[in-house]
Amino acid sequence: MSSKKELILPGMPIEKKGLKPGNNVYVEGGKIYSPIIGLLDIKNNVVNVIPLKGSYIPRVGDKVIGIITNYSLYSWSVDIRSPYEAVLMAAAAFKKPLSRPTVPLNRFLDIGDVIVAKVKSFDLLSSPSLAINERGYGKVERGTLVEITPVKVPRLIGKKGSLINLIKKKLNVDMVIGQNGRIIVVGKDKEAELKAAEIIYRVEREAHVPGLTDRISKMLEEW
Amino acid sequence: MVSFKDFIIPRVKKDYIISLLEKGRRVDGRGFEEYRKMEIKVGVIDNADGSAQVKLGDTFVVVGIKSSIGEPYPDEPNKGVFIVNAEFPPVASPSFEPGPPDENAIELARVVDRGIRESNFIELEKLVIVPGSKVRLIWVDIYVLNHDGNLIDASSYAAVAALLSTKLPKVVVGDDGRLEKLEEREPLPLRGVPIHVTHAKINGKILVDPTLEEESIMEARLTMAVTEDGKICAVQKGGIGSFTMDEVKAVMENTLKLAPTIRERILGAVKGGQV
Amino acid sequence: MRRRDGRAPDQLRPMKFEVGILKNADGSAYVEMGLTKVIAAVYGPKEPHPRHILMPDRAVLRARYHMAPFSVTEERKSPAPSRREIELSKVIKEALSAAVLLKQFPRTVIDVYIEVLNAYGSTRVASINAASLALADAGIPMRDLVAAVSVGKMGGELILDVDDYEDKYGEADVPIAMMPGRGEITLLQMDGLLTPEEFIRALELAKKGIMEVYELQRKALREKYEAIWREYGF
Repeated sequence: MSSKKELILPGMPIEKKGLKPGNNVYVEGGKIYSPIIGLLDIKNNVVNVIPLKGSYIPRVGDKVIGIITNYSLYSWSVDIRSPYEAVLMAAAAFKKPLSRPTVPLNRFLDIGDVIVAKVKSFDLLSSPSLAINERGYGKVERGTLVEITPVKVPRLIGKKGSLINLIKKKLNVDMVIGQNGRIIVVGKDKEAELKAAEIIYRVEREAHVPGLTDRISKMLEEW
Repeated sequence: MVSFKDFIIPRVKKDYIISLLEKGRRVDGRGFEEYRKMEIKVGVIDNADGSAQVKLGDTFVVVGIKSSIGEPYPDEPNKGVFIVNAEFPPVASPSFEPGPPDENAIELARVVDRGIRESNFIELEKLVIVPGSKVRLIWVDIYVLNHDGNLIDASSYAAVAALLSTKLPKVVVGDDGRLEKLEEREPLPLRGVPIHVTHAKINGKILVDPTLEEESIMEARLTMAVTEDGKICAVQKGGIGSFTMDEVKAVMENTLKLAPTIRERILGAVKGGQV
Repeated sequence: MRRRDGRAPDQLRPMKFEVGILKNADGSAYVEMGLTKVIAAVYGPKEPHPRHILMPDRAVLRARYHMAPFSVTEERKSPAPSRREIELSKVIKEALSAAVLLKQFPRTVIDVYIEVLNAYGSTRVASINAASLALADAGIPMRDLVAAVSVGKMGGELILDVDDYEDKYGEADVPIAMMPGRGEITLLQMDGLLTPEEFIRALELAKKGIMEVYELQRKALREKYEAIWREYGF
C-alpha cells in the first residue's frame, strides 16, 4: 500500500523470470499478460493485477444490493449491476411460504424498491437467483444509496474492515456494503449519510493513491 | 425502443430528492431557479457550415448546420427552408437504441424548431436565390452525445449558437441561368435570439433545468421560448402531470427573467469562438 | 515528395486521443486523426436484447459505425444507415472481436457505438482506434489494444494515413488494423490497384504507423488513470 504501483495495460508482456501467475493474468508464450487495465502487484513471486474497472460477476454467497425492476406471479427481476439480471423467487423472499399467490407480488416489493440479498445460485448458464429470507437481508426502508465501481469494494472495506469501521465510528452511521458496488448508509440524520457518501466517492477515486487512510482520517477529523 | 429498466430510480433515492425539495434544496446543491454549469463552443465540426457544442452539467449536445439548394415549399415560394432534426445516437445513454428518431427525438426537434421559426430568428425571405424555384435549405441536426436531462434547452442553445456561427457559400446566378457556388462565404441572415427555458414540476415544486434523475420522477415539464424583445414564441408542456394557472405564470416570469443572461452567454461564446 | 498538406509520405496527421469523455457509457474515447473526428462508447457486458442473439459460451460483440449528418464534406448525409455504414460496422466488429476475451462473459452482449462527427479520410481506422480505447476503458478483458491506420498510393508513391483528398484522388486505399503487441492483423481491406510488391510495402508502412498509434493509445490510457496520482505528486 505504501508505494505507487505500476499501471499495466492489455497486451503488455511481463517477463516471467521465476514469477507465478496470480489473479487477473494469463500466460502465453512464456510471458505473463494482463487482459485489463490494472495495477501490477507482485508479492512473493506471484503476479496479480488489481483491476481499476469492470463489471460485477456474481458469486454464490455474495451479499448484494439490488433494485426491483419487474415482478410476475411468482418472482421479481432484480438489477444487481451485473451483466446478468437476477431473479428473486417468491419462495426465497418469505420466511413462511405463501399458501397461494392471491396477492400481486408488488404488494410486498414494488418496482424501485431496494433490497439487500444473498446470491443463492449462479453458474453462468442460468440467471443468478437471490434470497432475502434470512436474518440481515430484506427490503431497505431508508438510507442513502451510494454506487461505486465494484472492483473498488475491497479497498473501501480496507484491511479487516479498518477503513469502513473508521468511517462508521466517526460519523456514527451504519453501512451495508454490497459486493456489487452498492452501499446503503443509514445514519441519524441525512447530513451524516451524505458526508459518508462523499467519503466513499473519495475512496473510490483515490483507492490506489498512497496515504488514503490518512487523508480520510483527516477529512473525518475536520468534519 | 426505450427500455423501462434504465429509468427506474431507487425508491430511497426518490424519497430523498422529494424530502430535499420540501426543504427548498436540490441534490446537486442548486437553487430552484438555477441552471447547471454551462459550456458553449462554436466551430467544432469542420465539414459543417456552422456548428456548436453545449455541455449543460453532464448533458452534452452537438449541433451541425449543413446547407444546400433546393425548391421552396409551394405555399411559401419566396422563403428559404429550414429543417430541424434530432438524433439520439446510442452513445448517449444505455436507454438509446439504434434506429430512426423515436417520439422523444421528434418532439425535441419540433420544439427547438418552433422557438426558432416563430421568433423569425432566421430571415428566411433572404434565403431566396431564384424566387419561386431556388432557395437555400438549412439543415439543423441535433446530436445528443450524453443524456443527463433537459435536452430541449441544451439542444436549442447549441442550435442557436451553431446558426450564429454559420457561414454559407455565396451563390450567384450565371448568365446561362445556372447556379454557381463561390468560395466566398457569408453569414446567415439572423435577427434576435430566441431562448428556450424548461422547468420541471416535482411533488408540486417548480424547478428549472432538470437533471435526468429529476426528469425521471417529475410529474410534468414546461418549456417556454422567448424572443429578444420579451415575447413568448413557443410553449410545450410534456409529461403526464399538470400545471395550475399560477404555476404557468410563475414559469413564464422566471423564463423572462433567465432568458437575457442565457442570451448573453451564447452571444459571448459565439464572439469568442470567432477570434 | 511532399503531400498536399505538407506531410512526408510516411507521416501521420496530428492526432489526439482522449479516454473517458462520456459520463453515461461504461467506456468511451474521442479520437482525432487530422480533421477526422470520431467518438466511441461501450455499453456492457449486459443482458442481450433481443435474447435470441445470445451465445451460450461467450459474449456477443456488436458494433455500429455511424456518420453524423453534418460530418461529411459533401451535402448533408441522411442519418439512415447506408450500405457502406453497414459493411464497415461488420468489419469493425470483426476487427475488435479478435482482441476481446469474449469467453469470459457467456450469454451477454457488448455494444460498441461509433459516431463519426467529422469525416476527412480514414474514418474506419479512426473508429477502430477509438473503439479499442473505449473497450479498455470499460474494463473489458482484451488480448491487446487494436490500432489501425490506412495506407494509400498517390502519384505512384505509397503514403501513410490517407486524408479525404488523397482518398478521392489516390490510386489505392488499404485500411489495416492490428494487435500491435502480437503482430496479428484483424482488419485488412483494399481498393484500387497495387502490385504485389507495393502491397507488401504497404503492409510494412502500415505496421510503422500502427506502432505510433499504439503508443498514443497507451499514453491516453495512462494519462486518464494516472491523473489522480499526479494530483498528489506521485
